[in-house]
Amino acid sequence: MSVHDVPLLEMKHISKDFFGNQVLNDINFSLKRGEILGLVGENGAGKSTLMKILFGMDEIHQTGGYGGDVLIEGTKVSFASPSDALARGIGMVHQEFSLLPDFTATENIMLNREPLTYTWLSEVFGPRMNVLNRKEMDAIAKAAIGRLNVKLDHQMLVSEMPVGHKQFTEIARELSKEASETSEGIKLLVLDEPTAVLSEQEADSLLSSIKRLSEAGIAIIFITHRLQEIIDVCDTIMVMRDGMIIKTVPAQGVAVTDIAHWMVGRQVDTSKREVRTFDYGSSPVILSLQNLWVNMPGETVRDVTLDVHKGEILGIGGMAGQGKLGIPNGAMGLFPAGGTVTFEGQQIMLNNPRNFLDAGMAFVSEDRRGVGLLLDESLEWNVAFTAMQVQEKFLKKYLGGLIQWRDQQQIEEETASYVKQLEIRCVSTKQKAKELSGGNQQKVCLAKAFAVNPKLLFVSEPTRGIDVGAKALVLKALRTYNEESGTTIVMISSELEELRSICDRIAIISDGKVFGTLPATAPSAEFGLLMVGQASTQDWGGAV
Amino acid sequence: MNVGRPIELGKGFVRSFGLPRIIIALFLLSLFILAPIAGVNVGTSFSDTLNRFGMNAIMVLAMVPMIHSGCGLNFGLPLGIIAGLLGATISLQVNIPGPASFFLAILFCTPFALILGWGYGQLLNRVKGGEMMIATYVGFSSVAFMCIMWLLLPFNNPTMVWGYSGSGLRTTISVEGYYLHALNNFLSIRLTRHLVIPTGMLLFFAFFAFIIWAFLHTKTGTAMTAVGSNPVFARASGINVDRIRTLSVVMSTWLGAVGILVYQQSFGFIQLYMGPFYMALPAVSAILIGGASVNKASILNVVIGTFLFQGIVTMTPSVMNSMIHTDMSEVIRIVVSNGMILYALTRKTEAVR
Amino acid sequence: MTLKMTPSKRLVRFMANNTVPILFLIICAFGIPLSGYSANYLVSEIIVRLVRNSFLIVSLLIPILAGMGLNFGMTLGAMAGQIGLIFISDWGIVGIPGMVLAMIISTPISMLLGWWCGKILNMAKGREMVTSYIIGFFMNGIYQLVVLYGMGPVIPIRNKALVLPRGYGIRNTVNLIGIRKALDSLLAIRIFGVLVPLATFILIALLCLFVLWFKKTKLGQDMRAVGQDMEVARAAGIRVEHTRIVSIVISTVFAGYGMIIYLQNIGTLNTYNSHMQIGMFSVAALLVGGATVAKANIRNVFLGVILFHLMFIVSPMAGKNLIGQAQLGEYFRVFVSYGVITISLVLYEVRKKRDLALAGQTLAAQQEVGA
Repeated sequence: MSVHDVPLLEMKHISKDFFGNQVLNDINFSLKRGEILGLVGENGAGKSTLMKILFGMDEIHQTGGYGGDVLIEGTKVSFASPSDALARGIGMVHQEFSLLPDFTATENIMLNREPLTYTWLSEVFGPRMNVLNRKEMDAIAKAAIGRLNVKLDHQMLVSEMPVGHKQFTEIARELSKEASETSEGIKLLVLDEPTAVLSEQEADSLLSSIKRLSEAGIAIIFITHRLQEIIDVCDTIMVMRDGMIIKTVPAQGVAVTDIAHWMVGRQVDTSKREVRTFDYGSSPVILSLQNLWVNMPGETVRDVTLDVHKGEILGIGGMAGQGKLGIPNGAMGLFPAGGTVTFEGQQIMLNNPRNFLDAGMAFVSEDRRGVGLLLDESLEWNVAFTAMQVQEKFLKKYLGGLIQWRDQQQIEEETASYVKQLEIRCVSTKQKAKELSGGNQQKVCLAKAFAVNPKLLFVSEPTRGIDVGAKALVLKALRTYNEESGTTIVMISSELEELRSICDRIAIISDGKVFGTLPATAPSAEFGLLMVGQASTQDWGGAV
Repeated sequence: MNVGRPIELGKGFVRSFGLPRIIIALFLLSLFILAPIAGVNVGTSFSDTLNRFGMNAIMVLAMVPMIHSGCGLNFGLPLGIIAGLLGATISLQVNIPGPASFFLAILFCTPFALILGWGYGQLLNRVKGGEMMIATYVGFSSVAFMCIMWLLLPFNNPTMVWGYSGSGLRTTISVEGYYLHALNNFLSIRLTRHLVIPTGMLLFFAFFAFIIWAFLHTKTGTAMTAVGSNPVFARASGINVDRIRTLSVVMSTWLGAVGILVYQQSFGFIQLYMGPFYMALPAVSAILIGGASVNKASILNVVIGTFLFQGIVTMTPSVMNSMIHTDMSEVIRIVVSNGMILYALTRKTEAVR
Repeated sequence: MTLKMTPSKRLVRFMANNTVPILFLIICAFGIPLSGYSANYLVSEIIVRLVRNSFLIVSLLIPILAGMGLNFGMTLGAMAGQIGLIFISDWGIVGIPGMVLAMIISTPISMLLGWWCGKILNMAKGREMVTSYIIGFFMNGIYQLVVLYGMGPVIPIRNKALVLPRGYGIRNTVNLIGIRKALDSLLAIRIFGVLVPLATFILIALLCLFVLWFKKTKLGQDMRAVGQDMEVARAAGIRVEHTRIVSIVISTVFAGYGMIIYLQNIGTLNTYNSHMQIGMFSVAALLVGGATVAKANIRNVFLGVILFHLMFIVSPMAGKNLIGQAQLGEYFRVFVSYGVITISLVLYEVRKKRDLALAGQTLAAQQEVGA
């Protein structure tokens, strides 16, 4: 058997669990030289975990390794770190740029792999005293850029580049990793959402570069949410869902709708879901967003118009980076925003959280540790603080209101009651928030929001990073709260099934706009289509 | 029971309290034990320590509001001191003798402290993340600027200006006849021939400590702590972070101004020109010795820290001198105080966000 | 995508980016005529200052390259240099050999102190400047312990002229008669009546060439990378912590040499003061030359020395002629020294925020184009 008959990469029976939480289950696939594999799946389907296993990231080793075998050219490997993977010719281009802004393209491409010219000082002070060989650096960088066949000035500073050129620089960096005594030259390139930030033109030229690379014998794993690109450029399409491979098919003749269906079309036990019919006719609009734009890095909202009815649970879904998280953050005023937000007939001035809170709304942030909690303070403080500052709760007043004293007893009582109600596991209400587990921290965030008795509650990614048991509890608490106190809830989540389990209707955000709104009972394939930016085939408009 | 548990407990204690603090406390304790052996009068030493405690405690207290609001250690304390000096000199210029001049000085320093503190606060709001270095140099430049002003300002009370030229303030001005020992002598208790308790001064500190303690229990005080703990959280709770920070800086500046006046009434002199230059460092290290970190501090930290720091400053020269006939106290003070600041700066705290 | 700027906007930006040098030009433009000094006098004074200070200031450049800001810890090197000078004064080694020996003695001390300083600064990432500033104070305590108490009983000092009357510790001022102007007078020539110590200038030029060359080495490139983004550099396999420590070590060693050159020009050593002031004056001069916390080059060094010391020389006289008090001018120059550091630090932080806002504007502009 010659080298060319053996698949370049084979993954056999790969499985992985994070502390009992199964995220990958019996993954099998192989990849030939020069093959382009399109890998698609919802957020959390297991794509990134699979890639982390391939590259031997620390995260995998620290959480107990993985099951199954990874084979490169027929030999079993287990990489200790990404640089080991690189030595075997496997490179990755990440979603975030890891480029130095004040270096030129060449300098970035050759970072820490610069060819050197000998100087005598290196004899005394070590090899780092050798001088960079700029000529050779330029030559290698140019060659790497040449393989991409794009117009990219190798002398340009990264800080002055358009975003597409940054992406090309990153890819060129991987390509320039030629065979040497320590590495084998690039054979497999993993591209994680390379076109997400590119304009259409740039994306086109990137896709043609990908094809060129594959013709040169480099295999490519292409991860993207843009399904048409997958169909255009890939040889094989692999769809993942819930940690399993659902489908591996040749790209020839596949339609976008098929992929969308495979991505989200899971069999859900519908009996578990408590379907309720919400009477939109009799409940007025409580919150109205008109042409909202939000400048939240990575979650830009461009033009969102959306009405929320009093008493409903509205879900907002969509792929990561499409702007769904920007909506509550912008409405609250945490990020620069524009447009009109009207709450109970009153227009809310944007860009000042105080106005949002004073109007009677609350927000549970997706960034628990950064925005949601005072990690170094007690649970009591976390629960009571916002209510104290905004609504002057938990205060005793002396001297005709001149002195507003913290009412420790009332704070303790209220916190204790939330601890009981939400089953927050803690030693005491005096415990510091940073000492709690993720799920319990999330419950503290909810308690903080409940304590202000909001008329409308935004909840952003309430179940991110918490275990299954806590997830169910959090969702149940939200539904109960909605039913018992009549509070309108707007829930933003990347997990469609989660939204479908408690929401009345769900708006899907794509490219910073509302792409469509469906009742939660609509088939999941319909949502799948909306999420990948395809208009629904059926007319559901009548329901909402 | 195994032996491991007490060791674990001990380790936990060392970790929570910090090894340097334990060493410093033990060092001070050994100084007090050694003092009688070395022939140093413990009564005098203790009396001196108490006196110095009272002199410096309010300036250490001035660290608390800024640490709470996340502005870091107030290396810009000289700015507050300058406000205090302005109050003191104007009070002497007005020329009302006796303890009343002390309260006049506090009255006169207040507008300066408010204005300077407000401006300083505005500046620090624009340089979030780099506060400490800039605070240091704000302190230095304001001291240098005031050097020019002390020469030029039209003071003419003969006790204050240079005798030969009749203009320009002296480098040190005696407050005798004005507010010398205005607080020290109030209700002071003489226990033995050597041990005097400056009750008035201690009460004065206790009053301010209570005010700050109480403030931190109010709505605004709670907001200040939250701003220091997590400014993004505070913003998301509708707090105007910049305003709270400015308030904390104004408070710190005003406390610094009052602090130097208390210092002067006990010390007996107003020190102008380069006098306030290095005054921030002892106050900063005192609160750190007391157990504060770059973004957490309490009144207890102030009390413990000032006592330990001033205790060492008072005890080392006398004990050392009689033990080994060498005055190494200056060196020990420099190493201890700056070592403590270095220790605090290198801790991994939430301050770096 | 970059935002388009009109020429007037560009001028404003240029002024904003060079506030400090422009301010100093104005001060000097007023101060020189007021002081009444002759041009000849001023030029010769400036040359003396260039000789004295340039080497010290150049030593600040490398930590800035590595993104560690202004190295206030250069006082550590100054201490090492002074210890070297104390030893050669004790041993009675004079002239150029004495200077070379002092440098040789200072080198291992500087390296040790620099390594320690770098270690500490790695523990205080994000607040390197204030930490290096406190390190200077802390080390001053240790230096006093060694020089004031250790020299005599522990470290033998034979020369009685160096030791305090009490029998141990070094005197407050040490006369460096043996090496006074040793380097300056080696190749001194007169140009238009102004004495120019060529040998010192050659040494400074060599150091500048070294710094320029250093930027081209692998180590220099690594430092630039670390200075821009530690995480990216780490991901590329650069030893971030080690690189930062090396930058501080190099700076400390050069500061030690710089201090020896500085003191051979002055001729007396203020045992307990010289090193404390030098850090502040060097940093101020570099900033006056238009450097920032993040960016500095050799041009900034020389422009800085000239402008800063011009102000320093003329202000007492200008003060005297203007108000009749030389004292005033002296306080003025102290104020300006501190003020200029304050302004530079503030501008640096404000600019950092402004550039971030600019990035936001670019993003918004892009969005509009896209929409």
